[in-house]
Amino acid sequence: MTCLPTHTDKKLGLVIDLDTCVGCQACVTACKEWNTGGHMAPLTDIDPYGGHVDGVWFNRVHSYEHTTEMGGRTVNFPRSCLHCETPACVTVCPTGASYKRASDGIVLIDEDKCIGCKLCSWACPYGAREFDTDVGVMKKCTLCVDRIYNDNLAEEDRVPACVAACPTSARHFGDLGDPQSAVSQLVAERGGVDLMPEMGYHPTNKYLPPRAHTQRAASVPAKALEPIRAEGGFLGWVDRMLSN
Amino acid sequence: MIHGPPRGANSAPSQRPLADTRAPDEGDGVDTSPDISDSIAKTTCYMCACRCGIDVHIKDGKVRYINGNKDHPVNRGVICGKGSSGIMQHYSPARLKKPLLRTGPRGSGEFREIEWEEAFSIATERLSAVRRTDPRKLAFFTGRDQSQSLTGWWASQFGTPNFAAHGGFCSVNMAAGGLYTIGGSFWEFGEPDWDNTKYFMLFGVAEDHDSNPIKIGLGKLKARGAKVVSINPCRTGYNAIADDWIGIRPGTDGLFVFALIHELLKAGRVDLDYLLRYTNAHMLVIQEPDAADDGLFVRDADGNPLAWDRVAKTSVKAIDPEAKPALTGSFEVAGRRCTPVFQLIADRYLDENYAPDSVAERCGIPAGTIRGIAAELAHVAFEQTIELPVAWTDWAGRQHETIKGRPVSMHAMRGISAHSNGFHTCRAIHLLQVLLGTVDVPGGFRFKPPYPRSAPPGPKPAGKTTKAMTPLDGMALGFVCGPDDLLVDEAGTPVRIDKAYSWEAPLAAHGLMHTVIRNAWAGDPYKIDTLMMYMSNMAWNSSMNTVETIRMLTDHDEAGNYKIPFIIYSDAYYSETVPFADLVLPDTTYLERHDCISLLDRPISDADGPGDAIRHPVVEPDRDVRPFQSVLIELGARLGLPGFVKDDGSAKYADYADYIVNHERTPGIGPLAGWRGKDGASFGKGEANPDQLQRYIDNGGFWHHDFADDRRYYKMANRAYLDFAEQMGFIPKAEPIVFQLYSEPMQRFRLAARGHGSVLPPEGERQRIETYMDPLPFWYTPFEEAAVDLEKYPLHALTQRPMHMYHSWGSQNAWLRQITSQNRLFVHYRTAAGLNLVDDDWVWIESINGRVKGQIKLVDGVNESTVWTWNAIGKRRGSWGLKDDAAESNRGFLLNHVIGDQTSADAQGKRYSNSDPVTGQAAWFDLRVRIVKCRAEEAGFTEPQFERFHQPPHFEPSPDRLTFGAEFRRAREAAE
Amino acid sequence: MHPAFSVVFFTTATGAGYGLLALLGMLGGFHIIPADFWLGLVGLGLALGLIAAGLLSSTGHLGRPERAWRAFSQWRSSWLSREGVASVITFIPAGLFGIGWVFFGRTGGWVGIAGLLAAIGAVVTVCTTGMIYASLKPIAQWHSRFTLPGYLIFSAMTGSVLLNALCQGFAVGSKMLVAACMLLTLLGWGWKLATWRYNDQLEIPSNANTATGLAGGTVRSLEWPHTEENYLLKEMGFRIARKHSVRLRQIAQVLAFVLPILLLAVTFAPPWPYAAVPSALAAIVQFAGMLVERWLFFAEAKHTVTLYYGR
Repeated sequence: MTCLPTHTDKKLGLVIDLDTCVGCQACVTACKEWNTGGHMAPLTDIDPYGGHVDGVWFNRVHSYEHTTEMGGRTVNFPRSCLHCETPACVTVCPTGASYKRASDGIVLIDEDKCIGCKLCSWACPYGAREFDTDVGVMKKCTLCVDRIYNDNLAEEDRVPACVAACPTSARHFGDLGDPQSAVSQLVAERGGVDLMPEMGYHPTNKYLPPRAHTQRAASVPAKALEPIRAEGGFLGWVDRMLSN
Repeated sequence: MIHGPPRGANSAPSQRPLADTRAPDEGDGVDTSPDISDSIAKTTCYMCACRCGIDVHIKDGKVRYINGNKDHPVNRGVICGKGSSGIMQHYSPARLKKPLLRTGPRGSGEFREIEWEEAFSIATERLSAVRRTDPRKLAFFTGRDQSQSLTGWWASQFGTPNFAAHGGFCSVNMAAGGLYTIGGSFWEFGEPDWDNTKYFMLFGVAEDHDSNPIKIGLGKLKARGAKVVSINPCRTGYNAIADDWIGIRPGTDGLFVFALIHELLKAGRVDLDYLLRYTNAHMLVIQEPDAADDGLFVRDADGNPLAWDRVAKTSVKAIDPEAKPALTGSFEVAGRRCTPVFQLIADRYLDENYAPDSVAERCGIPAGTIRGIAAELAHVAFEQTIELPVAWTDWAGRQHETIKGRPVSMHAMRGISAHSNGFHTCRAIHLLQVLLGTVDVPGGFRFKPPYPRSAPPGPKPAGKTTKAMTPLDGMALGFVCGPDDLLVDEAGTPVRIDKAYSWEAPLAAHGLMHTVIRNAWAGDPYKIDTLMMYMSNMAWNSSMNTVETIRMLTDHDEAGNYKIPFIIYSDAYYSETVPFADLVLPDTTYLERHDCISLLDRPISDADGPGDAIRHPVVEPDRDVRPFQSVLIELGARLGLPGFVKDDGSAKYADYADYIVNHERTPGIGPLAGWRGKDGASFGKGEANPDQLQRYIDNGGFWHHDFADDRRYYKMANRAYLDFAEQMGFIPKAEPIVFQLYSEPMQRFRLAARGHGSVLPPEGERQRIETYMDPLPFWYTPFEEAAVDLEKYPLHALTQRPMHMYHSWGSQNAWLRQITSQNRLFVHYRTAAGLNLVDDDWVWIESINGRVKGQIKLVDGVNESTVWTWNAIGKRRGSWGLKDDAAESNRGFLLNHVIGDQTSADAQGKRYSNSDPVTGQAAWFDLRVRIVKCRAEEAGFTEPQFERFHQPPHFEPSPDRLTFGAEFRRAREAAE
Repeated sequence: MHPAFSVVFFTTATGAGYGLLALLGMLGGFHIIPADFWLGLVGLGLALGLIAAGLLSSTGHLGRPERAWRAFSQWRSSWLSREGVASVITFIPAGLFGIGWVFFGRTGGWVGIAGLLAAIGAVVTVCTTGMIYASLKPIAQWHSRFTLPGYLIFSAMTGSVLLNALCQGFAVGSKMLVAACMLLTLLGWGWKLATWRYNDQLEIPSNANTATGLAGGTVRSLEWPHTEENYLLKEMGFRIARKHSVRLRQIAQVLAFVLPILLLAVTFAPPWPYAAVPSALAAIVQFAGMLVERWLFFAEAKHTVTLYYGR
């Protein structure tokens, strides 16, 4: 049913720390690897060894140069489905293939119902949906719905593949509907933001912006070094230090 | 709920599973608990040199999924972009299928398939003849090989000194710079104290070495809010998240570091106590310019270096814990004029030439920034000291109530290493670390066992003399301590084909693989018969001057024979080098073989304890291929090499797995340290344990020993640690390791250059030795920069591998190549504007060595005098299973084409290898270029172009479509 | 947005078809045009033919056309589903109307009611088509007050010009109809010019800053996540050069509006059958022009995903 649930019990999503992401692509290929054999398998690659290679991926990492009056900075930016609270990709679907789960808020596609009209991908401002031309259906991030509840995985592994893989700990997972949850508190503490809030889709995923140069936790309150002016200069200082 | 403490790197509360992981009753028919695997094999990744632990999930006999092993000390459960793409490497269409014998001309790719028996016969016959006549005529060089303790030992048993791996063109400057200074090094052999450091400086790291530990560490620093300062011309990757990015001009890091040292010295912000206890700062150096021992330490009759006791006013043994040594002054001891090392340091670096204002322009860094960083270093090191409440005892028996630390840490890699001044720059960074008292202290840079070792460690390189049918009297690679240890003959001619340990590269601890093809082609210093290589793409991205290298590989003598008579090559994939081999030995993928990541080579230790690991076959090969190490062992047996055969001449080891378990290098010490002894009860030393591999497999594929808290720091002087290290065989004796700020071995070379001693450099080499074997680090202009017309070649050009491909054995990987299949040349906006270039223009990149064409991308985050590109994206048509229209061979380019493998001719007309004069490290990053917009009709495709390789027999065209994983779903759905 | 021919043709053909159907239903139902057999047969045949061809063409855009029937289920939320439902429902009164007119030769009574219902269905269907595009927030050029009226106006315009051509052909034309066609074409032209003017001055609230959450300054794409074009760029990253856009707008205006108006003006003078020629030409030229207009409608629409790619 492509009408949105009026309420979801949980708002599961990701929090991505742009201050820490080094752009290593670990989340990208971990996602590809899990999901190409997972719920939406396969994530087809067309012309995989040729000049027009085009595969289906659920998670992509861009890099940007962000230039402000404070100077320039390179920002690596992972982009995947934000599991919005009011996603038009769901409501535009004519068949009921695209839906938002009432239990946890995950936005999914029921492949058997998908006619491949691509309208959902037009309706998504974020480019989260990718069409599998080989199968003829739309595919997208499942928030690893086949991992996070998977009885066949050790309990500690029941997190999305991208979160498990991330070598810099730049990705976080949890219930953003619960203000007490660790992810919600992280968002509050670090001023997490929505992407394109003006679209009104109310993304669940949040991005932690790079720390501004002025508010770095990392600034060192060092005083300028003063040359030793006392007798003998530096060598004199050494002698005095050793004599103490 | 999960019981026990959370495991692994990503276990913060915001990264854990839901409190209740029962699937909600959504009623949408989604199978939230699909079966993932029939079995999980825990082995070691080999997508790069990082050696992470992986869990390979096998489903229906196929690899379903690979994730990081949470218990593994290297990656603690995380996995990088390469690791997860291992499936595509494993199932690559470019995998070789069967041994190949060349039928067409070299480089054509025309082969016929042969059986293994024939391959062995050909190799055995050829190498037997070499061994019977002159074993040096086998040159055996391996690439990114993790079995060097085997391959090196094999070469030694064969009797050829001509062995090395790829360290010579990778990072020997870092290894030698560290090992000759602090007895340990950056790279994978040490690590910042990620949990305690407050100020981290990252120099010239090309986004790897080692991959996941650095990323995990940076994540910790970011989470704690520790300051990260990066010194790198390029603002990518790790540098992107630095709090301060210092976009230094390439090759000037040494100057920058000296300016920091200058500031710290001037302000009296150095740790004198640390210097006295752990370094040779107080040792007395003879100052008599004409003497044969000028610049050497004053020693007592037993050979102990002396210091001046400023209280007793007499000389004392420098090592004496009761002494009160002077650090400054000039003294007369036993009639010799001498001065402490520290005085020399002060004299050199307090010179105004090293003041921030003097170096600022050259480095491209404002003097104020340099002063600011010096002030921050001093502040954190001396005002933010930390103390761990752990008692420990030093080598002299002195008790310490706590472990004190200065939380400044540093790491450096490729960007420092790949310059012709890299050795001295690396030493400069270590000097800075030591002056601040931050090596192996809480919050500082920490050694990973088996390091530290004495600086430099033993033993010395073997192979000065070789004899038919006779093994070398040691391993080919080692550490020289003076001219007597060089591998040169009486005329000063190099003994080794790569000229390692010769006057041209005295401290060449890793050999010079990058010179082998040229030297073998030129017969300089002599002709060889067989070049055997493993896993190194020397006909493409692992060579400087690729076009010329290809010519040398295919060049004939007057008689019509190839100048390099025979080439044996082993690789798992159809790389650009395979077509140049006469005999191809197809290797397995990393999931089909045994391996050991040994303490004898490059282990998986962390600073908190030693560790090693294995690889074991998790899937069966579906082709007629064999692991190279097992092939080498069989070849050794067929050749009858001592060590590889029993007394009756039969093979000693069935295969590599058998060797790993049963080989003993010295009594009780074998490739693996864990579960030794018949019952597996001991570690380090002990009898071979037939069950050893299974014990590793049961433990997740690795062994790691966790140190007690009192052994984790000050390893260079920590009695408990040193005793342990001796017991493990890491060091010969439990003696303190003294940091060699002043390098006496280097001074010995200088003395030889002045005519002292029995082994003297040829006249033409003396000036060079005198200059570059300076016992204290100094800075000089990189060679190419000094040689070329800077007006004509105004730009530095660098390459680095993207993080998702670093060390990753080719970019044919179907997933990774989607991320990057064309490399751009990154150019600063202002630089481009000055050249009237705009985004996406196609340009010629021209150096004194040639030109290559590529497309530019304008950026802000790069030093303005520098252009750079992603390395090894460009591929030759016909290789790696790529189709002819692949971007890699049409739009991607290889900067190697314009990097010279030799320096410009000097005054005597001599050309050296384009390498560091001390270590022979390939100077990739010395390159100077200009960029010129190409003509309109030249845009859109790269040049030079090369002829397409033929495909080996039975190579199917690569698929047009990949639906990996569909089979798992079909099986799941069929089962429902 | 990628101007896929299947969708360009679909919206243009069904627009004209529904326009024609609505006019036949309304004018026929109110006896404003005569219940001429040939006009009924050819007119309704053409209308339903265009609609059917358009709908068939649209299934060419589907990855799994065999499942197209599923699209009728989500009318409560999806404009595409509503369009499907409305288009199918409209066939019922349209069919009855056709049977009444062609086989019974009448357009009054129940046939007239069926005609009016068909006309309402046609208008509703065109509205739903318009809303598919107008409801897409990520595409600012579509998500505007110009889109829905545009679809209605162009439907009426192309439908009326077609109707005029048929009427002229079957000698039942009227000067009133010609005048109406000219007025509708002028209205269409004006609306298109206004739409273009609006789009050209459009200030889109989304930009690279809001897309990435990086506040202030400039955000410039450094490297894409992939070297070659992927689905997103092929489908939504279509770019048209400014000069091509200007040229195509000129062509669209000449074909869709200027020439039809001139040809319709010519229609005033000569008697049957000569007036049929410019009328038919006007319809054909206008249809071609509308294909160009619709191609531009897609090609000039910019999806927010392009912000991530610096396009």
